[in-house]
Amino acid sequence: MTTAPLSGTTTGTGRTKAKRTRPRDRLTLGAGCVVGLFVLLAVLGPLLAPHDPNAVDPMNVYAGPSATHLLGTDDTGRDLLSRLIAGTRASLAAPAVVVAVSTVLGTLLALTAAWSGGWVDRLVSGALDIVFGFPGLILAVLVAAVFGAGLTAPIVALSIAYLPLITRVVRSAALRERNLPYVSALQLLGAPTARIWTRHLLPNLLPLVLVQATIGFGYALLDVAAISFLGLGSRPPDPEWGLMVSNGAPSILSGQPQQSLYAGLAILIVVVAFNLLGTGLSRRLLGDNA
Amino acid sequence: MSPRFAATRLAMLVVTVLVSSLAIHGAMFLTPGDPATLLVGGSRNPDPAVLAQIHRAYHLDDPFLQGYWHWLGDCLRGDFGKSLVYRDSVADLIGDRAGTTLALVLYASVLVLAAGTVIGTVAALRGGRTETLATTVTAGAMAVPTFVMAVLLIWLFAVKLPWFPVYGSGEGFTGTLTHLTLPAAALAMTWIGYVAQVTRTAVRAEMRSEHVETARSRGVPERTVIRRHVLHNASGPVFAVSGVGIAGIIATAAVAEQAFGTGGLGALMIEAAAKQDMAVVQAVSLIFVVVFVLINTAVDLISTALDPRAAQKEAR
Repeated sequence: MTTAPLSGTTTGTGRTKAKRTRPRDRLTLGAGCVVGLFVLLAVLGPLLAPHDPNAVDPMNVYAGPSATHLLGTDDTGRDLLSRLIAGTRASLAAPAVVVAVSTVLGTLLALTAAWSGGWVDRLVSGALDIVFGFPGLILAVLVAAVFGAGLTAPIVALSIAYLPLITRVVRSAALRERNLPYVSALQLLGAPTARIWTRHLLPNLLPLVLVQATIGFGYALLDVAAISFLGLGSRPPDPEWGLMVSNGAPSILSGQPQQSLYAGLAILIVVVAFNLLGTGLSRRLLGDNA
Repeated sequence: MSPRFAATRLAMLVVTVLVSSLAIHGAMFLTPGDPATLLVGGSRNPDPAVLAQIHRAYHLDDPFLQGYWHWLGDCLRGDFGKSLVYRDSVADLIGDRAGTTLALVLYASVLVLAAGTVIGTVAALRGGRTETLATTVTAGAMAVPTFVMAVLLIWLFAVKLPWFPVYGSGEGFTGTLTHLTLPAAALAMTWIGYVAQVTRTAVRAEMRSEHVETARSRGVPERTVIRRHVLHNASGPVFAVSGVGIAGIIATAAVAEQAFGTGGLGALMIEAAAKQDMAVVQAVSLIFVVVFVLINTAVDLISTALDPRAAQKEAR
């Protein structure tokens, strides 16, 4: 523990270290660019799509790649590229809500538990252990049975299912932070608790929360897509990617795997990009070499 | 393993099952309308007489906890109520499909254990290019979501190379085996990756450890060193991650069953959820959660019995 800040202050070794980690940083940067590109697509999606994503063309089903349809068309003649682009918003919005809700709630819960200690801490940890024992997918199916298919079920279920993951990590960091001498010093000086939280604890925990949210986003996207694939999430004719994979599945048997494979590839690219960005950020912001 | 750790872990198991079942039962009261409408099987204008009957059968007019207690007691006795969508008792619906799911989970688990440990061990022992290749391939396998892997496998091994059938669960042992090979592979792939990586790391760590050096310097044959000192000691973390993997396979079995049309409990649960047939969803999700929690607890207990240090690590 004590050697880490020492080697950091000697600028000489610091520089050589930075040089050596460059390829990894480039990978993180690349992942960041991919993430940025897809966020841009999610915002501008419908404007950028070359065709109406829901326009059917019965004369032109399963068309191969051409100048007008760069990725070809699906079983009803809809332009696949336009559907993938227009689907970015639906595919990224639901996981964004899941991550936002579970991160904000989880961070508050973690801070409360770490700050109060004692039975509050034990209660929070115990409750989260129970939630952790309930698989997210099963929870989503249960919620979908009550509310019907739609994005409500995956958003509610996954926000709950992701709570223990973020809370556990932030709680142990908050506990370390809370026991640092500067916190007691602030308390002795009479600083109000709210001020210590907003001015000191939260800013210090922010990098960790950001890393967790980034990695969590990839998993949330995957889970939302899986639930849509099962027919309990997005509803047709939404061009959401998970739904596109299942829409295209029957055509695979007649030798037309394009829709499923392209949508699956889109999911894979975004999930891997978020994962690489998350681990890269964790290296940069938190300094662990994992 | 201290009896205290076992007792805490078992108490946690009971509490988790109780709270989960409370959530599963309570979920239907979140509906904005009459919860009984979730039990008549989605008909929009149900007969009031049928609704009243359901209210009595499911104790919907009793206080919440009393109704829950009745439901849990019935479930424990194997009476899961009736599905008005399938016009059958839920227990019969489950009985008809449990075999397929069990076979699928077992098949996938065997694949995870066999392929994961073998790939990981070979990668660690061979090193060099084999290790790089194994690490890359397993990292790739871990990144592909189960449902995408499912469509990929259907395209590659049922259409391009027509080796395997893709619909149904098959008759007899060989029929079941061929029908369930692709679904089991799709389910197992992620966890083969995890187990292989954990095995590789564990075997590597043991190879570099002092007791292995000592055994070598004592002149113990390399074969014996690897079997008795490296693999034996590396088995702890491998067992733990395999257990988590099997629990994960149970939780995602529904995806493979749906993607390949094999039928089974998971497919039943999803179909019932889409039709808002709550009695079936509650029963099947309860079974899945109980099995999931049981396996996780068993893995924890066995891991600690094998290596008491694991319990200390967990105690915070």
